[in-house]
Amino acid sequence: MRKIDTKEIADKIYKMALAACVSLTPECKRALKDAADGEDDGAAKFALETLIDNCKTAESDGLPVCQDTGMAVVILEIGQDVFLDGAPLEDAVNGAVRKAYADGYFRKSICDPVTRENTGDNTPAAIHTHVCAGEQVKITFLPKGFGSENMSAMYMLKPAQGVDGIIDAIVNTVKNAGSRPCPPVYVGVGIGGSFDTCAYLAKKALTREVGSHSDRADIAEIERIALEKINALNIGCQGFHGKTTAIGVSCEWAYTHIAGLPVAVNIQCHCVRCRKEVI
Amino acid sequence: MIELNLPIDKEQIKKLHAGDSVLISGTIYTARDCAHKRLKEMIERGEKLPFDMNGAFIYYAGPCPAKPGYASGSCGPTTSARMDAYAPLLLDNGLGGMIGKGEMSAEVTKALVRNTGVYFAAIGGAGATYGKAIKKSELIAFPELLSEAVRKLEVQNFPAVVATDCEGNTIY
Repeated sequence: MRKIDTKEIADKIYKMALAACVSLTPECKRALKDAADGEDDGAAKFALETLIDNCKTAESDGLPVCQDTGMAVVILEIGQDVFLDGAPLEDAVNGAVRKAYADGYFRKSICDPVTRENTGDNTPAAIHTHVCAGEQVKITFLPKGFGSENMSAMYMLKPAQGVDGIIDAIVNTVKNAGSRPCPPVYVGVGIGGSFDTCAYLAKKALTREVGSHSDRADIAEIERIALEKINALNIGCQGFHGKTTAIGVSCEWAYTHIAGLPVAVNIQCHCVRCRKEVI
Repeated sequence: MIELNLPIDKEQIKKLHAGDSVLISGTIYTARDCAHKRLKEMIERGEKLPFDMNGAFIYYAGPCPAKPGYASGSCGPTTSARMDAYAPLLLDNGLGGMIGKGEMSAEVTKALVRNTGVYFAAIGGAGATYGKAIKKSELIAFPELLSEAVRKLEVQNFPAVVATDCEGNTIY
């Protein structure tokens, strides 16, 4: 048994949030550079170069890369040999988010869904907890913008639609999104599970590094084919047409029911700001 | 690269073509979802608007709070399609044009043609770049909407592309 104070988790999340909003992941930056290098002169190349400059400005001035500093998505994988001491876990997480978004001069974007009244401090966060083996706490922090979140989709396919149906669902979601989610996008896909777990798998897929592949060969193949088809759509950076519409497709899977084939497609814009830490 | 000082008049708007790269300076007003809902209700009730809509340009944006020493926080464009429901009404009430990101509806294009307006696409995600290009920011309406409040901005060298011109041509 290992005792961990929730304050320690909160302190870590605070630092992760401050770092995440002002800097893209190294893999994302590399993907944007590759996209710019591969593009012919024109509006898409101009836009990609503007985005690369923007990353440098954000880092040098300590400014958010994008003004949509997102809904704070926090995934906690808690070892079952850990005893959590101190303040209730959710209060600790929300406290960290509240403080980071105030101290970082980040935008507060969370509101009541019906009245649209802003909570004023970017809480509550979307918190997912899992109990797993061991005595560590793994923390994933993903500030998720909603220009791209709005373009996400959920499909309850028929089993007969199979792999082709899965690929079509992924490609059509990106096609229908067009210029709106700030392409080039990173595409998170959930395959299988139930309605709820499938959507979560899609979000979890977005926490994988840009450029990574599923360790299942058949699913890695779905990722590869879907990415190729998406980049043939000629939507391009910002919808200005071009060779790079997506910088990656990442699929996570779970066992599902004999009657169903759920597929969830969660769109992430080119601002991939995920951070991971282990306590 | 075409340099523009907003607001521009209809004669200048006529010279712009979809796909043109522009650098925008001058005065623009931020407004996004909640502010548009309120502007629409004010127009319908015949009330005086918080700024003169005639020839003005709206920037679909909601900035981060400004750090000390900066006029504005990061302030890139938000998805324009969410304002599809409001843009024709505002254009018909004098709005000169909009700056945002992503395609807008066919109804918006018709309203741009009908009113000789123009829609510029800024580069979505370049929040820090646009934030630093804002030299002055004044909150002029709906402070309770926080980032969604209406702000009068003085900007210098905003990079953008003419997305839809007054003849209805579009880059998308």
